[in-house]
Amino acid sequence: MTAALLMVLVVIGSLLFHFLNPWRITPIASNWTFIDDTLGITFVVTTFGFVAVILFMAYCLYRFRHQPNSRAAYEPENQKLEMWLGAVTTVAVVILLAPGLLVWGQFITVPKDAMEIEAMGAQWQWSYRFPGADNRLGATDVRFIDTSNPMGINPNDPNGQDDRIVTNGDLHVPIGKPIKMLLRSIDVIHDFYVPEIRAKMDLMPGLVSYFWFTPTKAGQFDVLCAAFCGIGHPQMRSKIIVESESDFQAWLAQQQTFAQSRKADAARTKHATASDQEKPAREVQQ
Amino acid sequence: MTDAAFEDDVREPPPAEVEELELYHPHSWLTRYVFSQDAKVIAIQYGGTAIAIGLVALVLSWIIRLQLAFPGAFSFIDANHYYQSVTMHGMIMVVYMLTALFLGGFGNYLIPLMVGARDMVFPFVNMLSYWVYLLAVLVLSASFFVPGGPTGAGWTLYPPQAILSGTPGNDFGIILMLASLILFIIGFTMGGLNYVVTVLQGRTRGMSLMRMPLSVWGIFAAAVMALLAFPGLFVACVMLLLDRTLGTSFFMPSIVEGGEQLKYNGGSPILFQHLFWYFGHPEVYIVALPAFGIVSDLISTHARKNIFGYRMMVWAIVAIGVLSMVVWGHHMYISGMNPFFGFVFAITTLAIAIPTAIKVYNWVLTLWRADIHFTTPMLFALGFLVTFVNGGITGLYLGNVIVDVPLSATLFVVAHFHMVMGVAPILVIFGAIYHWYPKITGRMMDETLGKIHFWITFLGAYAIFFPMHYLGVVGVPRRFYELGETSFVPASAVALNVFITMAALLVGFAQVIFFYNLYRSYFHGKPAGGNPWRATTLEWQTPETPPGHGNWGDEQPVVYRWAYAYSVPGADKDYAPQNEPPSSRAGVSS
Repeated sequence: MTAALLMVLVVIGSLLFHFLNPWRITPIASNWTFIDDTLGITFVVTTFGFVAVILFMAYCLYRFRHQPNSRAAYEPENQKLEMWLGAVTTVAVVILLAPGLLVWGQFITVPKDAMEIEAMGAQWQWSYRFPGADNRLGATDVRFIDTSNPMGINPNDPNGQDDRIVTNGDLHVPIGKPIKMLLRSIDVIHDFYVPEIRAKMDLMPGLVSYFWFTPTKAGQFDVLCAAFCGIGHPQMRSKIIVESESDFQAWLAQQQTFAQSRKADAARTKHATASDQEKPAREVQQ
Repeated sequence: MTDAAFEDDVREPPPAEVEELELYHPHSWLTRYVFSQDAKVIAIQYGGTAIAIGLVALVLSWIIRLQLAFPGAFSFIDANHYYQSVTMHGMIMVVYMLTALFLGGFGNYLIPLMVGARDMVFPFVNMLSYWVYLLAVLVLSASFFVPGGPTGAGWTLYPPQAILSGTPGNDFGIILMLASLILFIIGFTMGGLNYVVTVLQGRTRGMSLMRMPLSVWGIFAAAVMALLAFPGLFVACVMLLLDRTLGTSFFMPSIVEGGEQLKYNGGSPILFQHLFWYFGHPEVYIVALPAFGIVSDLISTHARKNIFGYRMMVWAIVAIGVLSMVVWGHHMYISGMNPFFGFVFAITTLAIAIPTAIKVYNWVLTLWRADIHFTTPMLFALGFLVTFVNGGITGLYLGNVIVDVPLSATLFVVAHFHMVMGVAPILVIFGAIYHWYPKITGRMMDETLGKIHFWITFLGAYAIFFPMHYLGVVGVPRRFYELGETSFVPASAVALNVFITMAALLVGFAQVIFFYNLYRSYFHGKPAGGNPWRATTLEWQTPETPPGHGNWGDEQPVVYRWAYAYSVPGADKDYAPQNEPPSSRAGVSS
């Protein structure tokens, strides 16, 4: 009796919590409203299943509780009923799966006109790279990484010279244009995660992964790492700023190209080595 | 050789065989209680060790919860400790507690008794299995005391971070973890072969496969799966150990760490994930299938009704076992593997929901027109149903590849797997202990304490993990030592975290009631008799309680019927033990 009642209360409590709690999915800021729709369908179908099963159970607990002289029925199986239940479940699974797979099909089909942006993860910071006027990103390799080339861009690849790079900074993107994020890590596994965009993907060292989205809402959103990447994992942050095309172009023009950063760095190194060479000279004099 | 001599050989076993049986009986305290080859003693050893190390994992979960509710408030929890606690809690609970307790504990106790065997078929190997397991637990525990502490790589131990300096415990902790897992798998393989061969070869006369109790079916299927799945983890551990100690590059591509090029080159971190989850997903069902089996028997016995659709239940176990070997990729939807795999693994994963749902229907349909006794084991079985259905349906979110994308790596995942493979199987373990304790000790556990323990544990655990899903929906990522400043998490989430932590502490401390009950009942419990639950299965029909060595006295039982002859129309009592001769024959003999 008590058990039946408490089980009903568990169901009612769960439903009330679902409808009354203040913890909701974030307002979407990308084209992936279909993902939210699929989530919605899944919620309706599964809630129906949960409520039906537990309430049926609670009813049985009340109705068939032990009473003096009561005796259970004997029914080893009922193949017709089992077939029906199996068929209904199969239909429910198809209702969940079919839209899910359709949306997944879209998710992995990148529009041809998508703008390519590279995000690079390193313990524990984000860097970004935009193709220059040639619209092509230069080749990269971990072996090219040094202090003057933190993203490991191949210095001999002409495509890479005009790439604009943002090291350990924020990402600006234009609103309304499809973007293909190319994801690369130079050390451990990271994951480019912006809750409002819905899409996310790992940065797997040794390969370049990707996903695409179209920003639909101007504003500033948190970029987090969603794959445990060591002790600094929670601090691996950046921001994505969705703005108008003109604002974006103005910002992009201010970012250094790979060639510029190499030149500036080379000048600095030259200066540094020059002063280094003076030191031993003085020592000799002494 | 004459024909007559040949016949004699068949009728009487050769004298040497009798000697061997004699040799194998314990002759001293040491061989009876410590280096015992009796599956029932090994079961208690496995169970005791698993529960002891499980308690360590329980305390670690408090560290996690305290940090999440009150970030920075406790000086003894820094980021290192947090990640070490998360890692050790997960690994201990999944492998060293749940797997060991279900297969080593319940498997050892129940298989020989339930199939009418005298013992496991390889008693010596069975004993060895436990001692290797104990060694694995000790090696794992040692990592708490080495410089740098235990590994904090997360229980999935993903390279490259697991063996690089940015992760706590990357010097000795990770080596001990890998060594301990290798030992565990060696120990498990010895036990697992025993469980499988005993079920296939050791059944008594009349115990056909389709007369076996579902507990045995569940444990048997899980043991087969474990034998197929653990080698994946084994090779992954060996290769990661080589990467860490000898500098091989199985899982390590070219990497820059702290501005320096490491010597690794050409390895694949995603290969580790495939190997890990090739083990890791079947592992979920290695824990779940024994729970499915045991809960079927608890419900049937305490509802005094045959399990509904026994044959379908058996085939569902087999189907789940087979399908669960081909769904591992759903842990890797966002790993950067070929996106085409998303279609394949989403289909296999959601397909597994069908046999699983059929099991759920058959459990609740068993309650239909039953005669339900609200004993403590029954309550725990009902608690399992609620938490398993709840945790099972959220699997439909995470298995459906596109729905997984926003939810993966958030607290939704943590809530899902705790509900479905943490809370649900542990409720079955409690139910099973209350159910079989009378057979193991000869005394009943206290029902009042049992019921208090149940309601606090069940409602408390539900209060921990049900609301946690919603933090995941908001987008709160898992494995964050502190969330820090974000624009998307409302301040009220902190209040929810405090609530969850309070519930977790309450549930944790409530287990004192259980242990007190275990202890008190051992000395002061009501004497149980041989078959206090009026159950049909063979373990309740032993000549002695607790059963002696060899289980059956002079003669092994003969089985006449299936395990679920409850409330058969026309019978005078509401159960017919499997070994009770049919009434016609009973009439002749009396």
